[in-house]
Amino acid sequence: MGQSERHRGRRRGSREALVGYLFASPVILGLIVWVIGPMIGSALISLTDWNVLSTPHWVGLRNYARLVTTDLYFRNSLLVTVYFVLANVTLTILYSLILALLLNQKIRGRGIYRSVFYLPSIVPIVASSALWLWLYNPNFGLFNEVIQGLGFPKSLWLANQTTVVPSIVLMSVWGTAGNTIVIFLAALQGVPRQLLEAVEIDGGNWLHKFRAITWPMISPVTFFNLMVGLINSFQIFTQAYVMTSGGPNNASLFYVYLMYREGFERNNMGGAAALAWVLFLMVSALGLVLFRWSRQWVYYEGANA
Amino acid sequence: MTAARTAQRGLLYLILSAGAVACLVPIFWLVRSSLMTLVEVFKYPPLLWASRTRWENFATALTTAPFLLYFRNTLIIVIPTVLATLVTSSMSAYGLARFRFPLRNFWFSMVLGAIILPPAVVLIPQFILWTKVHLVNTFYPLILPFWFGGGAFNVFLLRQFFLTIPKDFDDAARIDGAGYFRIYAQILLPFIQPALIAVGLFQFFFQWNDFFGPLIYLNDPKTYTLALGLTHFIGSYSTQWNFLMAATVIVILPPIVVFFVGQRYFVEGVTLTGIKM
Repeated sequence: MGQSERHRGRRRGSREALVGYLFASPVILGLIVWVIGPMIGSALISLTDWNVLSTPHWVGLRNYARLVTTDLYFRNSLLVTVYFVLANVTLTILYSLILALLLNQKIRGRGIYRSVFYLPSIVPIVASSALWLWLYNPNFGLFNEVIQGLGFPKSLWLANQTTVVPSIVLMSVWGTAGNTIVIFLAALQGVPRQLLEAVEIDGGNWLHKFRAITWPMISPVTFFNLMVGLINSFQIFTQAYVMTSGGPNNASLFYVYLMYREGFERNNMGGAAALAWVLFLMVSALGLVLFRWSRQWVYYEGANA
Repeated sequence: MTAARTAQRGLLYLILSAGAVACLVPIFWLVRSSLMTLVEVFKYPPLLWASRTRWENFATALTTAPFLLYFRNTLIIVIPTVLATLVTSSMSAYGLARFRFPLRNFWFSMVLGAIILPPAVVLIPQFILWTKVHLVNTFYPLILPFWFGGGAFNVFLLRQFFLTIPKDFDDAARIDGAGYFRIYAQILLPFIQPALIAVGLFQFFFQWNDFFGPLIYLNDPKTYTLALGLTHFIGSYSTQWNFLMAATVIVILPPIVVFFVGQRYFVEGVTLTGIKM
Protein backbone atom coordinates (compact mmCIF):
# COMPACT_ATOMS: atom_id res chain seq x y z
CA MET A 1 0.00 0.00 0.00
CA GLY A 2 1.47 3.36 -1.04
CA GLN A 3 1.84 6.36 1.21
CA SER A 4 -1.02 8.31 -0.37
CA GLU A 5 -3.32 5.33 -0.46
CA ARG A 6 -2.82 4.63 3.23
CA HIS A 7 -3.44 8.28 3.89
CA ARG A 8 -6.67 8.10 1.93
CA GLY A 9 -7.66 4.97 3.85
CA ARG A 10 -7.23 6.78 7.13
CA ARG A 11 -9.15 9.77 5.79
CA ARG A 12 -12.01 7.48 4.83
CA GLY A 13 -11.84 5.98 8.30
CA SER A 14 -12.11 9.33 9.99
CA ARG A 15 -14.93 10.37 7.67
CA GLU A 16 -16.74 7.14 8.57
CA ALA A 17 -16.16 7.91 12.24
CA LEU A 18 -17.59 11.39 11.83
CA VAL A 19 -20.69 10.15 10.01
CA GLY A 20 -21.11 7.40 12.63
CA TYR A 21 -20.97 9.95 15.41
CA LEU A 22 -23.49 12.13 13.61
CA PHE A 23 -25.98 9.29 13.29
CA ALA A 24 -25.45 8.09 16.85
CA SER A 25 -25.43 11.64 18.24
CA PRO A 26 -29.06 11.63 19.49
CA VAL A 27 -28.48 8.73 21.85
CA ILE A 28 -24.98 9.89 22.83
CA LEU A 29 -26.21 13.39 23.68
CA GLY A 30 -29.20 11.82 25.41
CA LEU A 31 -26.95 9.64 27.57
CA ILE A 32 -24.87 12.66 28.55
CA VAL A 33 -27.77 15.02 29.26
CA TRP A 34 -30.37 12.63 30.66
CA VAL A 35 -28.31 9.84 32.26
CA ILE A 36 -24.65 10.57 33.02
CA GLY A 37 -25.19 14.21 33.99
CA PRO A 38 -28.14 13.50 36.29
CA MET A 39 -26.29 10.54 37.85
CA ILE A 40 -23.47 12.88 38.86
CA GLY A 41 -26.00 15.55 39.86
CA SER A 42 -27.87 13.05 41.98
CA ALA A 43 -24.67 12.03 43.76
CA LEU A 44 -23.78 15.67 44.48
CA ILE A 45 -27.27 16.59 45.71
CA SER A 46 -27.27 13.54 47.98
CA LEU A 47 -24.33 15.07 49.87
CA THR A 48 -26.26 18.27 50.67
CA ASP A 49 -29.24 19.30 52.78
CA TRP A 50 -30.95 21.02 49.85
CA ASN A 51 -34.66 21.68 50.35
CA VAL A 52 -35.37 23.69 47.13
CA LEU A 53 -36.02 26.94 49.04
CA SER A 54 -32.73 27.69 50.79
CA THR A 55 -29.13 27.44 49.61
CA PRO A 56 -27.73 23.93 50.02
CA HIS A 57 -24.94 23.07 52.47
CA TRP A 58 -22.55 20.15 52.30
CA VAL A 59 -23.45 17.54 54.87
CA GLY A 60 -21.14 14.77 53.71
CA LEU A 61 -22.63 11.29 54.06
CA ARG A 62 -25.19 12.37 56.66
CA ASN A 63 -28.16 11.61 54.37
CA TYR A 64 -26.91 8.07 53.89
CA ALA A 65 -26.09 7.58 57.55
CA ARG A 66 -29.60 8.71 58.46
CA LEU A 67 -31.12 5.97 56.30
CA VAL A 68 -29.54 3.20 58.33
CA THR A 69 -29.79 4.86 61.74
CA THR A 70 -32.80 7.08 62.42
CA ASP A 71 -35.01 6.74 59.33
CA LEU A 72 -37.62 4.15 60.28
CA TYR A 73 -39.40 4.45 56.94
CA PHE A 74 -36.33 3.38 54.96
CA ARG A 75 -36.02 -0.08 56.48
CA ASN A 76 -39.78 -0.56 56.40
CA SER A 77 -40.15 0.43 52.75
CA LEU A 78 -37.20 -1.73 51.77
CA LEU A 79 -38.80 -4.76 53.43
CA VAL A 80 -42.21 -4.04 51.88
CA THR A 81 -40.65 -3.61 48.44
CA VAL A 82 -38.58 -6.77 48.61
CA TYR A 83 -41.67 -8.67 49.77
CA PHE A 84 -43.63 -7.34 46.81
CA VAL A 85 -40.82 -7.99 44.31
CA LEU A 86 -40.27 -11.60 45.40
CA ALA A 87 -43.97 -12.49 45.48
CA ASN A 88 -44.77 -10.69 42.24
CA VAL A 89 -41.88 -12.03 40.17
CA THR A 90 -42.22 -15.62 41.40
CA LEU A 91 -45.96 -15.75 40.82
CA THR A 92 -45.87 -13.99 37.45
CA ILE A 93 -43.15 -16.27 36.09
CA LEU A 94 -44.73 -19.48 37.36
CA TYR A 95 -48.24 -18.58 36.20
CA SER A 96 -47.02 -17.34 32.81
CA LEU A 97 -44.83 -20.37 32.20
CA ILE A 98 -47.64 -22.81 33.02
CA LEU A 99 -50.14 -20.99 30.79
CA ALA A 100 -47.60 -20.70 27.96
CA LEU A 101 -46.83 -24.44 28.20
CA LEU A 102 -50.55 -25.19 27.96
CA LEU A 103 -51.03 -22.75 25.07
CA ASN A 104 -48.18 -24.45 23.25
CA GLN A 105 -50.17 -27.71 23.01
CA LYS A 106 -52.20 -28.46 19.91
CA ILE A 107 -55.28 -26.46 20.82
CA ARG A 108 -58.01 -24.68 18.95
CA GLY A 109 -58.26 -20.90 19.22
CA ARG A 110 -54.71 -20.28 20.41
CA GLY A 111 -54.75 -16.77 18.91
CA ILE A 112 -57.92 -15.87 20.80
CA TYR A 113 -56.56 -17.15 24.12
CA ARG A 114 -53.34 -15.25 23.54
CA SER A 115 -55.20 -11.99 22.90
CA VAL A 116 -57.39 -12.50 25.96
CA PHE A 117 -54.38 -13.16 28.18
CA TYR A 118 -52.66 -10.11 26.75
CA LEU A 119 -55.64 -7.79 27.15
CA PRO A 120 -55.04 -6.76 30.81
CA SER A 121 -51.52 -5.57 29.91
CA ILE A 122 -53.11 -2.91 27.71
CA VAL A 123 -55.05 -1.33 30.58
CA PRO A 124 -53.21 1.76 31.90
CA ILE A 125 -52.10 1.26 35.51
CA VAL A 126 -54.10 4.22 36.77
CA ALA A 127 -57.22 2.78 35.14
CA SER A 128 -56.64 -0.70 36.53
CA SER A 129 -56.02 0.89 39.93
CA ALA A 130 -59.43 2.58 39.78
CA LEU A 131 -60.99 -0.71 38.70
CA TRP A 132 -59.32 -2.85 41.38
CA LEU A 133 -60.11 -0.27 44.02
CA TRP A 134 -63.73 -1.03 43.18
CA LEU A 135 -63.23 -4.81 43.00
CA TYR A 136 -61.52 -4.73 46.41
CA ASN A 137 -64.11 -2.42 48.01
CA PRO A 138 -64.75 -3.96 51.47
CA ASN A 139 -68.52 -3.30 51.43
CA PHE A 140 -69.70 -3.60 47.84
CA GLY A 141 -66.72 -4.97 45.88
CA LEU A 142 -67.00 -8.04 43.67
CA PHE A 143 -64.35 -10.03 45.54
CA ASN A 144 -66.05 -9.78 48.90
CA GLU A 145 -69.42 -10.60 47.36
CA VAL A 146 -67.92 -13.71 45.78
CA ILE A 147 -66.12 -14.99 48.88
CA GLN A 148 -69.12 -14.13 51.03
CA GLY A 149 -71.32 -16.10 48.64
CA LEU A 150 -68.94 -19.03 49.11
CA GLY A 151 -69.36 -18.76 52.87
CA PHE A 152 -66.06 -17.09 53.77
CA PRO A 153 -65.77 -13.95 55.92
CA LYS A 154 -65.23 -10.63 54.16
CA SER A 155 -61.69 -9.33 53.79
CA LEU A 156 -60.48 -5.75 54.03
CA TRP A 157 -58.06 -6.34 51.12
CA LEU A 158 -56.26 -3.04 50.54
CA ALA A 159 -57.35 -1.61 53.88
CA ASN A 160 -55.60 -4.21 56.01
CA GLN A 161 -51.92 -4.15 56.84
CA THR A 162 -51.35 -7.85 56.20
CA THR A 163 -53.45 -8.24 53.04
CA VAL A 164 -52.51 -5.02 51.25
CA VAL A 165 -49.31 -6.27 49.57
CA PRO A 166 -50.78 -9.64 48.49
CA SER A 167 -53.74 -7.70 47.06
CA ILE A 168 -51.43 -5.48 45.01
CA VAL A 169 -49.49 -8.58 43.91
CA LEU A 170 -52.67 -10.24 42.66
CA MET A 171 -53.61 -7.15 40.68
CA SER A 172 -50.08 -6.85 39.34
CA VAL A 173 -49.96 -10.48 38.15
CA TRP A 174 -53.26 -9.89 36.37
CA GLY A 175 -51.86 -6.79 34.69
CA THR A 176 -48.43 -8.04 33.62
CA ALA A 177 -48.61 -11.80 33.04
CA GLY A 178 -49.85 -11.31 29.45
CA ASN A 179 -46.54 -9.90 28.30
CA THR A 180 -44.59 -12.70 29.93
CA ILE A 181 -46.90 -15.37 28.50
CA VAL A 182 -46.45 -14.10 24.95
CA ILE A 183 -42.65 -14.05 25.29
CA PHE A 184 -42.57 -17.57 26.81
CA LEU A 185 -44.88 -18.85 24.09
CA ALA A 186 -42.61 -17.52 21.35
CA ALA A 187 -39.63 -19.24 22.97
CA LEU A 188 -41.56 -22.50 23.31
CA GLN A 189 -42.44 -22.45 19.65
CA GLY A 190 -38.73 -22.25 18.88
CA VAL A 191 -37.95 -25.52 20.67
CA PRO A 192 -36.98 -28.05 17.95
CA ARG A 193 -39.61 -30.79 17.53
CA GLN A 194 -37.09 -33.50 16.67
CA LEU A 195 -35.40 -33.13 20.08
CA LEU A 196 -38.71 -33.63 21.87
CA GLU A 197 -39.53 -36.59 19.64
CA ALA A 198 -36.14 -38.12 20.42
CA VAL A 199 -37.05 -38.14 24.11
CA GLU A 200 -40.42 -39.70 23.27
CA ILE A 201 -38.74 -42.47 21.29
CA ASP A 202 -36.55 -43.19 24.28
CA GLY A 203 -39.73 -43.63 26.30
CA GLY A 204 -39.61 -40.34 28.20
CA ASN A 205 -42.76 -38.66 29.50
CA TRP A 206 -43.64 -34.94 29.51
CA LEU A 207 -41.57 -34.30 32.63
CA HIS A 208 -38.45 -35.78 31.01
CA LYS A 209 -39.10 -33.69 27.92
CA PHE A 210 -39.47 -30.56 29.99
CA ARG A 211 -36.38 -31.10 32.07
CA ALA A 212 -34.05 -32.33 29.36
CA ILE A 213 -35.13 -30.19 26.40
CA THR A 214 -37.72 -27.48 26.98
CA TRP A 215 -36.32 -25.91 30.15
CA PRO A 216 -32.73 -25.52 28.87
CA MET A 217 -33.95 -24.30 25.47
CA ILE A 218 -36.13 -21.54 26.94
CA SER A 219 -33.74 -20.64 29.77
CA PRO A 220 -32.41 -17.46 28.06
CA VAL A 221 -35.98 -16.18 27.81
CA THR A 222 -36.72 -17.20 31.39
CA PHE A 223 -33.70 -15.18 32.43
CA PHE A 224 -34.91 -12.22 30.35
CA ASN A 225 -38.37 -12.37 31.96
CA LEU A 226 -36.82 -12.66 35.41
CA MET A 227 -34.54 -9.67 34.88
CA VAL A 228 -37.27 -7.44 33.40
CA GLY A 229 -39.70 -8.54 36.11
CA LEU A 230 -37.29 -7.71 38.92
CA ILE A 231 -36.33 -4.30 37.57
CA ASN A 232 -39.93 -3.31 36.89
CA SER A 233 -41.23 -4.61 40.22
CA PHE A 234 -38.64 -2.64 42.13
CA GLN A 235 -40.13 0.53 40.69
CA ILE A 236 -43.70 -0.09 41.78
CA PHE A 237 -45.31 3.24 42.63
CA THR A 238 -48.52 4.10 40.79
CA GLN A 239 -50.73 1.36 42.30
CA ALA A 240 -49.81 2.40 45.83
CA TYR A 241 -50.09 6.12 45.08
CA VAL A 242 -53.55 5.78 43.57
CA MET A 243 -55.07 3.04 45.75
CA THR A 244 -53.54 3.15 49.21
CA SER A 245 -51.42 6.33 49.57
CA GLY A 246 -48.80 3.98 50.99
CA GLY A 247 -51.04 2.79 53.79
CA PRO A 248 -52.48 1.35 55.92
CA ASN A 249 -49.78 2.16 58.46
CA ASN A 250 -47.11 2.42 55.72
CA ALA A 251 -47.64 -1.24 54.80
CA SER A 252 -47.53 -0.33 51.08
CA LEU A 253 -45.03 2.51 51.26
CA PHE A 254 -42.83 1.12 48.50
CA TYR A 255 -39.30 2.34 47.93
CA VAL A 256 -39.94 4.70 45.01
CA TYR A 257 -42.98 6.04 46.86
CA LEU A 258 -40.79 6.87 49.86
CA MET A 259 -38.39 8.64 47.52
CA TYR A 260 -41.22 10.59 45.90
CA ARG A 261 -42.57 11.60 49.29
CA GLU A 262 -39.16 12.67 50.55
CA GLY A 263 -38.35 14.72 47.44
CA PHE A 264 -41.66 16.09 46.21
CA GLU A 265 -43.87 16.26 49.27
CA ARG A 266 -41.25 17.15 51.89
CA ASN A 267 -38.85 18.98 49.58
CA ASN A 268 -35.97 17.03 51.08
CA MET A 269 -34.03 16.75 47.82
CA GLY A 270 -30.81 15.66 49.52
CA GLY A 271 -32.49 12.73 51.26
CA ALA A 272 -34.40 11.74 48.10
CA ALA A 273 -31.20 11.80 46.04
CA ALA A 274 -29.52 9.57 48.61
CA LEU A 275 -32.43 7.14 48.32
CA ALA A 276 -32.07 7.27 44.54
CA TRP A 277 -28.39 6.35 44.70
CA VAL A 278 -29.03 3.53 47.12
CA LEU A 279 -31.68 2.22 44.71
CA PHE A 280 -29.17 2.39 41.87
CA LEU A 281 -26.54 0.49 43.86
CA MET A 282 -29.05 -2.15 44.92
CA VAL A 283 -30.40 -2.74 41.42
CA SER A 284 -26.86 -2.87 39.96
CA ALA A 285 -25.72 -5.36 42.59
CA LEU A 286 -28.81 -7.46 42.02
CA GLY A 287 -28.26 -7.41 38.25
CA LEU A 288 -24.66 -8.50 38.71
CA VAL A 289 -25.58 -11.35 41.04
CA LEU A 290 -28.27 -12.51 38.62
CA PHE A 291 -25.85 -12.52 35.71
CA ARG A 292 -23.35 -14.58 37.70
CA TRP A 293 -26.07 -16.97 38.78
CA SER A 294 -27.49 -17.26 35.26
CA ARG A 295 -24.26 -18.86 34.03
CA GLN A 296 -25.19 -21.93 36.04
CA TRP A 297 -28.56 -22.51 34.46
CA VAL A 298 -28.97 -20.46 31.30
CA TYR A 299 -28.10 -22.41 28.19
CA TYR A 300 -26.99 -20.50 25.10
CA GLU A 301 -27.04 -22.41 21.87
CA GLY A 302 -23.66 -22.25 20.18
CA ALA A 303 -21.80 -21.73 23.44
CA ASN A 304 -20.22 -24.94 24.71
CA ALA A 305 -22.66 -26.73 26.92
CA MET B 1 -58.49 -41.28 21.25
CA THR B 2 -58.35 -42.98 24.60
CA ALA B 3 -60.46 -41.92 27.56
CA ALA B 4 -57.38 -40.78 29.47
CA ARG B 5 -56.35 -38.58 26.58
CA THR B 6 -59.81 -37.06 26.29
CA ALA B 7 -59.77 -36.30 30.00
CA GLN B 8 -56.37 -34.68 29.58
CA ARG B 9 -57.61 -32.49 26.72
CA GLY B 10 -60.61 -31.54 28.80
CA LEU B 11 -58.43 -30.50 31.71
CA LEU B 12 -56.22 -28.47 29.36
CA TYR B 13 -59.17 -26.47 28.02
CA LEU B 14 -60.58 -26.11 31.52
CA ILE B 15 -57.40 -24.50 32.90
CA LEU B 16 -57.00 -22.25 29.86
CA SER B 17 -60.62 -21.14 30.09
CA ALA B 18 -60.27 -20.47 33.80
CA GLY B 19 -57.26 -18.27 33.04
CA ALA B 20 -59.18 -16.47 30.31
CA VAL B 21 -62.15 -15.87 32.64
CA ALA B 22 -59.80 -14.51 35.32
CA CYS B 23 -58.44 -12.06 32.75
CA LEU B 24 -61.86 -10.95 31.55
CA VAL B 25 -63.98 -10.80 34.72
CA PRO B 26 -62.45 -7.54 36.03
CA ILE B 27 -62.95 -5.90 32.63
CA PHE B 28 -66.52 -7.16 32.45
CA TRP B 29 -67.16 -5.82 35.95
CA LEU B 30 -65.78 -2.46 34.88
CA VAL B 31 -68.12 -2.18 31.90
CA ARG B 32 -71.07 -3.56 33.85
CA SER B 33 -70.63 -1.08 36.70
CA SER B 34 -70.16 1.84 34.34
CA LEU B 35 -73.64 1.32 32.90
CA MET B 36 -75.65 1.22 36.16
CA THR B 37 -77.32 3.63 38.53
CA LEU B 38 -75.65 4.13 41.88
CA VAL B 39 -78.41 2.14 43.60
CA GLU B 40 -77.87 -0.83 41.28
CA VAL B 41 -74.12 -0.72 41.81
CA PHE B 42 -74.64 -1.21 45.55
CA LYS B 43 -77.28 -4.00 45.32
CA TYR B 44 -76.70 -7.28 47.18
CA PRO B 45 -76.64 -9.92 45.80
CA PRO B 46 -74.94 -8.12 42.92
CA LEU B 47 -76.73 -7.64 39.62
CA LEU B 48 -75.11 -9.01 36.50
CA TRP B 49 -76.40 -6.22 34.29
CA ALA B 50 -78.33 -2.98 34.71
CA SER B 51 -82.11 -3.02 34.41
CA ARG B 52 -81.67 -0.31 31.79
CA THR B 53 -78.24 0.31 30.25
CA ARG B 54 -77.23 3.82 31.33
CA TRP B 55 -75.18 5.20 28.46
CA GLU B 56 -75.73 8.66 29.93
CA ASN B 57 -73.15 7.83 32.63
CA PHE B 58 -70.48 8.47 30.03
CA ALA B 59 -71.90 11.88 29.23
CA THR B 60 -71.99 12.67 32.95
CA ALA B 61 -68.38 11.54 33.45
CA LEU B 62 -67.25 13.54 30.42
CA THR B 63 -68.91 16.71 31.71
CA THR B 64 -67.94 16.41 35.39
CA ALA B 65 -64.26 16.42 34.52
CA PRO B 66 -62.76 17.81 31.28
CA PHE B 67 -61.74 14.41 29.89
CA LEU B 68 -61.77 15.71 26.33
CA LEU B 69 -59.14 18.28 27.33
CA TYR B 70 -57.12 15.51 29.03
CA PHE B 71 -57.48 13.44 25.89
CA ARG B 72 -56.16 16.31 23.79
CA ASN B 73 -53.24 16.89 26.18
CA THR B 74 -52.37 13.19 26.08
CA LEU B 75 -52.33 13.23 22.29
CA ILE B 76 -50.15 16.36 22.24
CA ILE B 77 -47.60 14.40 24.27
CA VAL B 78 -47.98 10.98 22.66
CA ILE B 79 -47.81 11.88 18.96
CA PRO B 80 -44.51 13.82 18.92
CA THR B 81 -42.98 11.33 21.37
CA VAL B 82 -43.71 8.35 19.15
CA LEU B 83 -42.44 10.26 16.12
CA ALA B 84 -39.27 11.31 17.96
CA THR B 85 -38.64 7.77 19.08
CA LEU B 86 -39.00 6.29 15.61
CA VAL B 87 -36.67 8.84 14.01
CA THR B 88 -33.94 9.16 16.61
CA SER B 89 -33.77 5.58 17.88
CA SER B 90 -33.40 4.19 14.35
CA MET B 91 -30.79 6.83 13.47
CA SER B 92 -28.77 6.11 16.59
CA ALA B 93 -29.09 2.37 16.12
CA TYR B 94 -27.85 2.70 12.53
CA GLY B 95 -24.86 4.72 13.73
CA LEU B 96 -23.99 2.15 16.40
CA ALA B 97 -24.51 -0.85 14.12
CA ARG B 98 -22.85 0.25 10.88
CA PHE B 99 -19.96 2.60 11.67
CA ARG B 100 -16.67 2.25 13.46
CA PHE B 101 -15.79 5.24 15.60
CA PRO B 102 -13.76 5.93 18.73
CA LEU B 103 -15.53 4.97 21.99
CA ARG B 104 -18.31 3.19 20.13
CA ASN B 105 -18.20 0.20 22.46
CA PHE B 106 -18.20 2.51 25.46
CA TRP B 107 -21.35 4.26 24.26
CA PHE B 108 -22.99 0.96 23.45
CA SER B 109 -22.29 -0.37 26.94
CA MET B 110 -23.77 2.88 28.31
CA VAL B 111 -26.91 2.14 26.31
CA LEU B 112 -27.06 -1.31 27.92
CA GLY B 113 -26.57 0.21 31.36
CA ALA B 114 -29.29 2.79 30.75
CA ILE B 115 -31.77 -0.01 29.98
CA ILE B 116 -31.65 -1.34 33.52
CA LEU B 117 -31.33 2.07 35.15
CA PRO B 118 -34.50 2.81 37.14
CA PRO B 119 -35.79 6.23 35.94
CA ALA B 120 -36.31 7.25 39.57
CA VAL B 121 -32.53 7.38 40.05
CA VAL B 122 -32.08 10.33 37.68
CA LEU B 123 -35.41 11.97 38.37
CA ILE B 124 -34.42 14.68 40.84
CA PRO B 125 -31.63 16.36 38.82
CA GLN B 126 -33.85 16.21 35.74
CA PHE B 127 -36.67 17.85 37.64
CA ILE B 128 -34.33 20.58 38.90
CA LEU B 129 -33.11 21.16 35.34
CA TRP B 130 -36.66 21.68 34.08
CA THR B 131 -37.46 23.92 37.03
CA LYS B 132 -34.40 26.09 36.30
CA VAL B 133 -35.49 26.64 32.69
CA HIS B 134 -39.09 27.35 33.84
CA LEU B 135 -40.66 24.57 31.79
CA VAL B 136 -42.50 22.77 34.58
CA ASN B 137 -46.23 22.75 33.77
CA THR B 138 -45.48 22.51 30.07
CA PHE B 139 -45.31 19.36 27.94
CA TYR B 140 -41.62 19.83 27.06
CA PRO B 141 -40.21 17.70 29.94
CA LEU B 142 -42.38 14.82 28.74
CA ILE B 143 -41.58 15.15 25.01
CA LEU B 144 -38.11 16.60 24.52
CA PRO B 145 -36.05 13.77 26.13
CA PHE B 146 -37.44 11.36 23.54
CA TRP B 147 -35.78 13.30 20.73
CA PHE B 148 -32.51 11.92 22.14
CA GLY B 149 -32.72 8.31 21.05
CA GLY B 150 -36.23 7.62 22.37
CA GLY B 151 -35.20 5.29 25.16
CA ALA B 152 -32.14 3.07 25.49
CA PHE B 153 -34.07 -0.16 24.99
CA ASN B 154 -35.38 0.94 21.61
CA VAL B 155 -31.90 1.88 20.43
CA PHE B 156 -30.59 -1.49 21.57
CA LEU B 157 -33.45 -3.41 19.92
CA LEU B 158 -33.12 -1.66 16.57
CA ARG B 159 -29.33 -2.02 16.58
CA GLN B 160 -29.75 -5.78 16.95
CA PHE B 161 -32.05 -5.70 13.93
CA PHE B 162 -29.64 -3.65 11.82
CA LEU B 163 -26.93 -6.20 12.61
CA THR B 164 -29.01 -9.01 11.06
CA ILE B 165 -29.01 -7.27 7.65
CA PRO B 166 -25.95 -8.30 5.58
CA LYS B 167 -23.55 -5.43 4.90
CA ASP B 168 -23.56 -6.37 1.20
CA PHE B 169 -26.74 -4.32 0.86
CA ASP B 170 -24.94 -1.19 2.02
CA ASP B 171 -21.97 -1.89 -0.24
CA ALA B 172 -24.14 -2.52 -3.29
CA ALA B 173 -26.04 0.70 -2.68
CA ARG B 174 -22.78 2.61 -2.19
CA ILE B 175 -21.48 1.37 -5.54
CA ASP B 176 -24.70 2.66 -7.08
CA GLY B 177 -23.84 6.06 -5.62
CA ALA B 178 -26.13 6.14 -2.58
CA GLY B 179 -24.91 8.20 0.41
CA TYR B 180 -25.05 7.07 4.05
CA PHE B 181 -28.39 8.74 4.62
CA ARG B 182 -29.96 7.17 1.51
CA ILE B 183 -28.71 3.76 2.65
CA TYR B 184 -30.28 4.30 6.07
CA ALA B 185 -33.60 5.70 4.90
CA GLN B 186 -34.25 3.79 1.69
CA ILE B 187 -32.36 0.50 1.96
CA LEU B 188 -32.21 -0.49 5.63
CA LEU B 189 -35.32 1.04 7.24
CA PRO B 190 -37.71 -1.02 5.06
CA PHE B 191 -35.94 -4.16 6.29
CA ILE B 192 -36.58 -3.41 9.94
CA GLN B 193 -40.16 -2.22 9.45
CA PRO B 194 -41.75 -4.84 11.76
CA ALA B 195 -39.37 -3.85 14.55
CA LEU B 196 -40.11 -0.16 13.93
CA ILE B 197 -43.86 -0.77 14.16
CA ALA B 198 -43.34 -2.64 17.41
CA VAL B 199 -41.20 0.18 18.83
CA GLY B 200 -43.84 2.74 17.83
CA LEU B 201 -46.64 0.73 19.43
CA PHE B 202 -44.70 0.18 22.65
CA GLN B 203 -43.92 3.85 22.89
CA PHE B 204 -47.58 4.71 22.32
CA PHE B 205 -48.69 2.44 25.16
CA PHE B 206 -45.88 3.58 27.42
CA GLN B 207 -46.80 7.23 26.97
CA TRP B 208 -50.51 6.62 27.26
CA ASN B 209 -49.94 4.83 30.55
CA ASP B 210 -47.23 7.09 31.93
CA PHE B 211 -48.17 8.43 35.31
CA PHE B 212 -44.96 9.32 37.11
CA GLY B 213 -43.79 11.87 34.54
CA PRO B 214 -47.07 13.83 34.37
CA LEU B 215 -47.41 13.64 38.17
CA ILE B 216 -44.03 15.32 38.62
CA TYR B 217 -44.17 17.86 35.81
CA LEU B 218 -47.84 18.80 35.40
CA ASN B 219 -49.48 20.56 38.35
CA ASP B 220 -51.87 22.82 36.47
CA PRO B 221 -55.21 21.04 35.88
CA LYS B 222 -55.33 22.52 32.40
CA THR B 223 -52.27 20.43 31.49
CA TYR B 224 -53.42 17.10 32.95
CA THR B 225 -53.17 13.93 30.90
CA LEU B 226 -55.85 11.23 30.99
CA ALA B 227 -53.91 9.17 33.56
CA LEU B 228 -53.44 12.18 35.81
CA GLY B 229 -56.99 13.43 35.31
CA LEU B 230 -58.40 10.03 36.22
CA THR B 231 -56.35 9.99 39.44
CA HIS B 232 -57.90 13.27 40.54
CA PHE B 233 -61.30 12.00 39.49
CA ILE B 234 -60.77 8.98 41.78
CA GLY B 235 -59.96 11.37 44.61
CA SER B 236 -63.18 13.36 44.26
CA TYR B 237 -65.71 10.71 43.12
CA SER B 238 -64.57 7.71 45.13
CA THR B 239 -68.10 6.90 46.24
CA GLN B 240 -69.86 7.31 42.89
CA TRP B 241 -68.54 4.10 41.46
CA ASN B 242 -70.72 4.13 38.36
CA PHE B 243 -69.30 7.48 37.18
CA LEU B 244 -65.79 6.51 38.20
CA MET B 245 -66.04 3.27 36.20
CA ALA B 246 -67.44 5.19 33.22
CA ALA B 247 -64.44 7.53 33.38
CA THR B 248 -62.14 4.52 33.57
CA VAL B 249 -63.75 3.01 30.47
CA ILE B 250 -63.11 6.29 28.66
CA VAL B 251 -59.42 6.12 29.58
CA ILE B 252 -58.86 2.51 28.51
CA LEU B 253 -60.92 2.61 25.31
CA PRO B 254 -58.26 4.23 23.05
CA PRO B 255 -55.45 1.78 23.91
CA ILE B 256 -57.82 -1.16 23.52
CA VAL B 257 -58.84 0.05 20.05
CA VAL B 258 -55.17 0.50 19.11
CA PHE B 259 -54.43 -2.98 20.46
CA PHE B 260 -57.07 -4.67 18.35
CA VAL B 261 -56.10 -2.72 15.22
CA GLY B 262 -52.37 -3.35 15.60
CA GLN B 263 -52.69 -6.74 17.26
CA ARG B 264 -50.71 -8.71 14.71
CA TYR B 265 -47.73 -6.35 14.89
CA PHE B 266 -48.08 -6.18 18.60
CA VAL B 267 -47.78 -9.86 19.39
CA GLU B 268 -45.01 -10.04 16.79
CA GLY B 269 -43.28 -7.13 18.50
CA VAL B 270 -43.48 -8.60 21.99
CA THR B 271 -42.11 -11.82 20.55
CA LEU B 272 -39.24 -10.02 18.82
CA THR B 273 -38.19 -8.13 21.95
CA GLY B 274 -38.09 -11.32 23.99
CA ILE B 275 -36.10 -13.26 21.45
CA LYS B 276 -33.61 -10.54 20.60
CA MET B 277 -32.32 -10.11 24.12
